[in-house]
Amino acid sequence: MSMHTLLQYKWGMMTPEFIVLGTALILSLMDLFMPDDKDRRPLAWIAFVGVAIALIATIGLIPAKAVSILNDTFRLDAFGKAFKLLLLAGGALSLLLAFDYRPKEGLKDRGEFYYLLLCALLGAMIMASSGDLITLFVGLELLSISSYILAGIRKTSMQANESAMKYVINGGISTAITLFGMSYIFGLTGTTNIKEIALEVQKLTDSGYQYILAIAFLMMLVGLSFKISSVPFHMWTPDVYQGAPTPVTAFLSVVSKTAGFVIVLRLFITIFAQAPAQGKDPSSLLFSMQDYIAFLAGATMIIGNTIALKQRSMKRLFAYSSIAHAGYILVGFAAMSWVMIDSIWFYLLAYLFMNLGAFAILQRISDEADSDDLSHFAGLYQRNPLLAVAMGIFLLSLAGIPGTAGFIGKLNIFLGALMTEPGHYVLAAVMIAATVISYVYYFGIFVQIFFRPADETSSVRLSIGLTIVVVICALGTLLFGIVPGLAYHFLEQFDHFSDFLQ
Amino acid sequence: MNGTYFLSLLVFSPLVGILLLAFVPKTQERTIKWLGFLSTLPSLILSLFAFVQYLRGYRLEHLAEKHDWVRFADFPFLTEPTFAIRYELSIDGFSLVMIVLTSLLATLAAVASIHIKKEWKGYFMLFLLLEIGMLGVFAAGNMILFFIFLEITLVPMFFLVGKWGGFERERAAYSYLLYNGIGSAILLIAIIVLFARTGTSNIELVKEMLHNPAVEAQLVAPISNDLRLGLFIALLIAFGIKLPIVPFHRWILRVHVQAPPSIVMLHSGVLLKIGAYGLIRFGIGLFPDQFRDFAFWIAILGVVNLLYGAFLAFVQDDFKMVLAYSSVSHMGIVLIGLGALNEAGIQGAIFQAVSHGFISALLFLLVSILYERTSTTAIDRLGGLAKVMPLTAGCLLAGAMASLGLPGMSGFVSEFTAFLGLFKTEPVVAAIGALGIIMTAVYLLRAVLNMTFGASKRDDVQALDMSLAEAIPVFVLLALIVMIGVYPHILAKPLQATIEMMMNGLGV
Repeated sequence: MSMHTLLQYKWGMMTPEFIVLGTALILSLMDLFMPDDKDRRPLAWIAFVGVAIALIATIGLIPAKAVSILNDTFRLDAFGKAFKLLLLAGGALSLLLAFDYRPKEGLKDRGEFYYLLLCALLGAMIMASSGDLITLFVGLELLSISSYILAGIRKTSMQANESAMKYVINGGISTAITLFGMSYIFGLTGTTNIKEIALEVQKLTDSGYQYILAIAFLMMLVGLSFKISSVPFHMWTPDVYQGAPTPVTAFLSVVSKTAGFVIVLRLFITIFAQAPAQGKDPSSLLFSMQDYIAFLAGATMIIGNTIALKQRSMKRLFAYSSIAHAGYILVGFAAMSWVMIDSIWFYLLAYLFMNLGAFAILQRISDEADSDDLSHFAGLYQRNPLLAVAMGIFLLSLAGIPGTAGFIGKLNIFLGALMTEPGHYVLAAVMIAATVISYVYYFGIFVQIFFRPADETSSVRLSIGLTIVVVICALGTLLFGIVPGLAYHFLEQFDHFSDFLQ
Repeated sequence: MNGTYFLSLLVFSPLVGILLLAFVPKTQERTIKWLGFLSTLPSLILSLFAFVQYLRGYRLEHLAEKHDWVRFADFPFLTEPTFAIRYELSIDGFSLVMIVLTSLLATLAAVASIHIKKEWKGYFMLFLLLEIGMLGVFAAGNMILFFIFLEITLVPMFFLVGKWGGFERERAAYSYLLYNGIGSAILLIAIIVLFARTGTSNIELVKEMLHNPAVEAQLVAPISNDLRLGLFIALLIAFGIKLPIVPFHRWILRVHVQAPPSIVMLHSGVLLKIGAYGLIRFGIGLFPDQFRDFAFWIAILGVVNLLYGAFLAFVQDDFKMVLAYSSVSHMGIVLIGLGALNEAGIQGAIFQAVSHGFISALLFLLVSILYERTSTTAIDRLGGLAKVMPLTAGCLLAGAMASLGLPGMSGFVSEFTAFLGLFKTEPVVAAIGALGIIMTAVYLLRAVLNMTFGASKRDDVQALDMSLAEAIPVFVLLALIVMIGVYPHILAKPLQATIEMMMNGLGV
């Protein structure tokens, strides 16, 4: 590749990625040259500003036409843009949480903490835009490896060590399984470029190839279920969520999960929706695999919600809740209706606000008590009524009560499941039943906050970073719950992701 | 009157109270109570105004509101913007009557809330939120909005029961949440299936699409007869839990006993009626054919409810439990009226919904007055009330009389018309059901006479008769009960159009 071709690429399309990368570089250099005894917390603001600029740059790119550069390995289409916005917003808010993270034993490697978070975010962004299995995998691993370190960054904590260990091992296995599936695809088509794969698989009408494709599909689905923490690779979630620093947990539950869904949608829709399937009825391999995805969705919702009932540790509870939410989103995927991408995008948007908001408050409460037991929420209403109400909003949204973004998100997914012919009645019924089960534990937290007396009477005060997160998240949760048209109107600009589906 | 924002104003006027309350310091008990009470007045005035105008011939169609809200799946290949959920409010005579009932009971319950002992601020904020939800349910012009308002009632009720209730309040709150959550969930499935198939959630439009074969082509996906049956059964179960129909009634006992009496006034007066309202509006309105096929079984369910509730009310020692089972039993009459499938029956069912709203509110108001003074609701510990509290005892007796259907009171009109309807179509079932009326008289008189007469069991003569503030709502309710009993036309007239429309739909 000559210099000439390199310069021809529209590098401007990668501006957000470059900004995040640049910020990470600056931070790492500053961290290196700053005196050891200097407080590194203010670095978080630089990271935050960097991500915010990247977010603005992404918004600036929205009107641009779909483009693919670097030999089709990097695609900037409506799909990538829409999901990158979520990733960046989630990353920015997680950084604010990280700024205010004060574990009892202190945190020595703060500089690393911030730029690793940025690297993970960069990986997620690359995943959202990748047009090639290789870039996709690189993005995935950048996200994963950064996350492994982040999970174990509290070096002296036994729990953090355990969690990082579990995360690495589980992550390694899942990566291997994903890669195994990808290798089948490569073997069948002889290319790693997703668009070319999509063209090649259309020619694979022989039933023998289709079995191999189906195996590839299932392998990749199982492997990627790790990132979105759905069944069968969900077991790491509670342990890692509990052991990792709270901002990292928040990051994993929002940004990492969004990235997981991005990769799932991009890969499976572009590749398997084109592949012909056996039999007459289903129009493509993806449709013939619908039942498997639906089964995973159902199992994820049931397992997540029922095990959450018994949790006393808030971080474990939120881990199971996040498993359950992955199940709801998978319902949107399994239904394969016309509203699939819109509904998943909206749900992830709602999830971003409600979950990060809840984690911000959780971080404050558990930092103070040095434990994340449910009982520390007792009497929060007396200690800070506004904070209690904010937590109430997040929990109502997570439970899917009207007036919040979570309700609209669920409604949309639900609508998608029932508007197809034949409708997914069983799946919709499981989703509804799971939601009712989830009432028990979400309202259980309510009981603690509003009904139980507090052990301590001192009022709870939020620091600046957490306040910003809580305010933004509460406003977002309510705003998109009351005027969801805002978000859907915004999505209309993307023209139903037609440039992605083509 | 200009109808552009009338209904929104009516439904959301308690919101002003919530916002104002947010700025009042927690400790200002008097201000909070007054503000809470005053905030219920705007919707009461507006709804009474609309009611009077309607009686004078104003057409309620002018009040309908419609605004764009959210649009899913706005595809270029669909010419009409389907899958749009609009913010649509509209009322007819039936919903107007329910709105008047709601706003009236809300005001009276706000007065009864003077007995609340703690955290008045939170209490009244939730109370007003509950009122918004209840008003919205009856004003909603589309099914999704109906569902949203219904869910909005769920949250404040959970807190009101769980925080201000009796000894086992949290359990009661949970059982309320779960039973009603499941009911709502089933309702949501039915609503979304209809929405997904028709592309609209407007009740009138869906109704037209379901009954006019010409618009079959407009449907996004066909609705088979099997699916209709499934949807109807889903609605029956969903609203059956709210009503409650007998196997699903356990939660109402806990709520009636544990919740603060002012909230039970609203719960038993209005929230239970949402079940009846939904069954009539959606069950009969959207699926008249299926309803006709099920009418006999609905009547049977009604008789079961009536007798089961009555028998169990008879053996209770606690007056609250008697009233709880009495609610179960009286909701049976709603089902009996609906099962009759004729004009008299349906009229009776709606009458019963309204009349029971007033009567049960009255009885729970009296319970709150009694409990305030004696700290018990056990029947045998309350003997001889007539001596120490003659006024309260008298009103209690009057309420019981209304409840057991004494002629000249609202209970009589509704029971009479409901049974009149059923005797026409299913005389045998009706005859068995009529036993329930006798049982009602027996259990209510046993309970009330034991409480009011006989030797006074109270040696502390601290028990004073009700104060003026307590007497006003009691007398307002009694007056309304007598008014409906003596002059049922005041209800029959606004309901006429709705009932006729339903009879048209049923084709009988």
